[in-house]
Amino acid sequence: MASYILKRVVGSILILLLIMVVTFFLMNAVPGSPFLTEKSTPEQIALANAKYGLDKPKYVQLWNYIKNYCKGDLGVSLKMQEGTPVKDIIFHQGKFELSIKLGIYALLLAIIVGIPLGCLAAYFRGSWLDGLLRVVTTIGVAIPGFVLAALLLIVFSVKLNIFPTRSENLPNFKSYVLPVISLASYYTCYIAKLMRTSMLDAINQDYIRTARAKGVKTGSIILKHALRNSLIPVVTYLGPVTAGIITGSFVIESTFSIPGLGKYFVQSVTSRDYPVIMATTVVLSALVIVMMLVVDIVYKIVDPRITLTAKED
Amino acid sequence: MEENKTLLKIEDLKVSFFTPAGEVKAVDGISYTLGYNEVMGIVGESGSGKSVEAYSIIGLLQNPGKVIGGSIEFEGEDLLAFTPEQMRLFRGNKVSMIFQNPMTCLNPVYTIGNQLTEVLNCHDNNISKKEAYDRAVEMLKLVGINNPEKRMKQYPHELSGGMRQRAMIAMALICSPKLLIADEPTTALDVTIQAQILELMKDLQKKENTSIIFITHNLGVVAEICDRVSVMYAGRIVEQGTVNEIFYNPQHPYTKKLLASIPRLDEETVERLVPIEGTPIDLLNPPQGCNFGPRCSDCMKICLRKKPPFAEVGEGHISACWLHFKDMIEKEAEKDE
Repeated sequence: MASYILKRVVGSILILLLIMVVTFFLMNAVPGSPFLTEKSTPEQIALANAKYGLDKPKYVQLWNYIKNYCKGDLGVSLKMQEGTPVKDIIFHQGKFELSIKLGIYALLLAIIVGIPLGCLAAYFRGSWLDGLLRVVTTIGVAIPGFVLAALLLIVFSVKLNIFPTRSENLPNFKSYVLPVISLASYYTCYIAKLMRTSMLDAINQDYIRTARAKGVKTGSIILKHALRNSLIPVVTYLGPVTAGIITGSFVIESTFSIPGLGKYFVQSVTSRDYPVIMATTVVLSALVIVMMLVVDIVYKIVDPRITLTAKED
Repeated sequence: MEENKTLLKIEDLKVSFFTPAGEVKAVDGISYTLGYNEVMGIVGESGSGKSVEAYSIIGLLQNPGKVIGGSIEFEGEDLLAFTPEQMRLFRGNKVSMIFQNPMTCLNPVYTIGNQLTEVLNCHDNNISKKEAYDRAVEMLKLVGINNPEKRMKQYPHELSGGMRQRAMIAMALICSPKLLIADEPTTALDVTIQAQILELMKDLQKKENTSIIFITHNLGVVAEICDRVSVMYAGRIVEQGTVNEIFYNPQHPYTKKLLASIPRLDEETVERLVPIEGTPIDLLNPPQGCNFGPRCSDCMKICLRKKPPFAEVGEGHISACWLHFKDMIEKEAEKDE
């Protein structure tokens, strides 16, 4: 296991390097400059470019990025908070923490609600409950998060005045409710649908018949024998879900005025703040890579038939 | 139970599947008794209702299947009157079952040990972990699995097919049931492993004094292990008797044809195997008369009009065919004229 994780970490570093190269060329392919404003003269721009090393050849710039990242230096912001180290912006101003909290709560909600709903629908298949859940989950999968966010805001914040409209720095539990629901709804419904299908599949397997023939209680048949087997496809899906929730949070962050990393990421792209684009991309990528590793390890725990390394048997 | 030597008594059992296309009479009025320590073989082709009949004993019939008539008595108790909870406690404890495909019948994500001890935990709340573990190891030894302590920690995919079926048998017998239902336990195994598993079952049957209902379509297996045989066709028992009677003195045309269609090694002359002409009947629209009538070469007029009753053709040997009543039919025909 340890050697497997080590291998994955080495692989991850290579992937991050590749991501940096691709990001660098992509952001430079977009026309414009962080210093371009209505008033700025060509001389001013040239001066600023020279100050931050943007006048050097592209390969030198790329090499500088890589060299500095290896030292743990993420550079300074060029525009949004000019002169402030990007590391401070991401990690010390609470942006990363906000986004991560939001993402983790949404992920937990999707798992904790989605899986039981899927199990219920499968167990009571064909009943009114199954029908109701099918309608609800289909709607949930069909409605985009930002539309749901707007709807929730109108109903619960404006009309009923239960939850705040602006969540800002997410000071209390109440402020989390609407953003987390908006972010998690699609994934919750999708997991519920996936769970229903895979649970139905598991229930009809021969080993369930064996368990019944053994005299195992119905609850135990579902929760012990069927659940663990039907979790396998859901765990597979959790990798993309994590990526989706973390990178997709910027729309929700904008809607609820949460100054999180997602929102900041989008702003950095529109203002061509190159070091910030690079840093947020790398940080988010690293996060997704770590989550993928976690998912793979969970996968091994859920299904003993899976071997993580070729040698292991 | 001194005066009553019957373990299981099935009377006029009827099981139907209610499908959108109509009622399928999978089991249409079968009766038999099974004594203590007896091995009963149930043979028949696919779809003859042999598995459905077994599932209704153990209460594992799945929707849309329903027992619509008859009775099943186990040691004098009416199984059909059991509550679901009573039935659950009965399963795995008094009667247990092994299935056709050991590859898929064990849960892939739990260890063999976990699945074995689970049976004990389901039926005895007071059993300690240590006791359950010891009993499971003992059972694995009993079914001839070497290194049982190691196997306890392994997952099903780490065992071979034969070993998995042995583990299934260990699981079925761990509570010392009075009745074991074996639903084609050797069909999915290759021939050498088949022979080993049969040998093991014979051996265990004697050691553990378990009655067995052995469901199969393999007549060779029946000859090997069973005391008595019921031959089923289209949801009904057509002939029942001791193994010797059925093999050496078959009376029902279906049994005769079934025996003629299997290859024999002991015959000197090499003859072509005789297939049974025609196809099994459609259980959605069963014929008015004998179910085998449309395929029978000795079919008479009455065979297509009325279901044949059983005739006692030997000691404990019954056969449901109008041919046994030929004299009576002819006399009646004369009277009518």
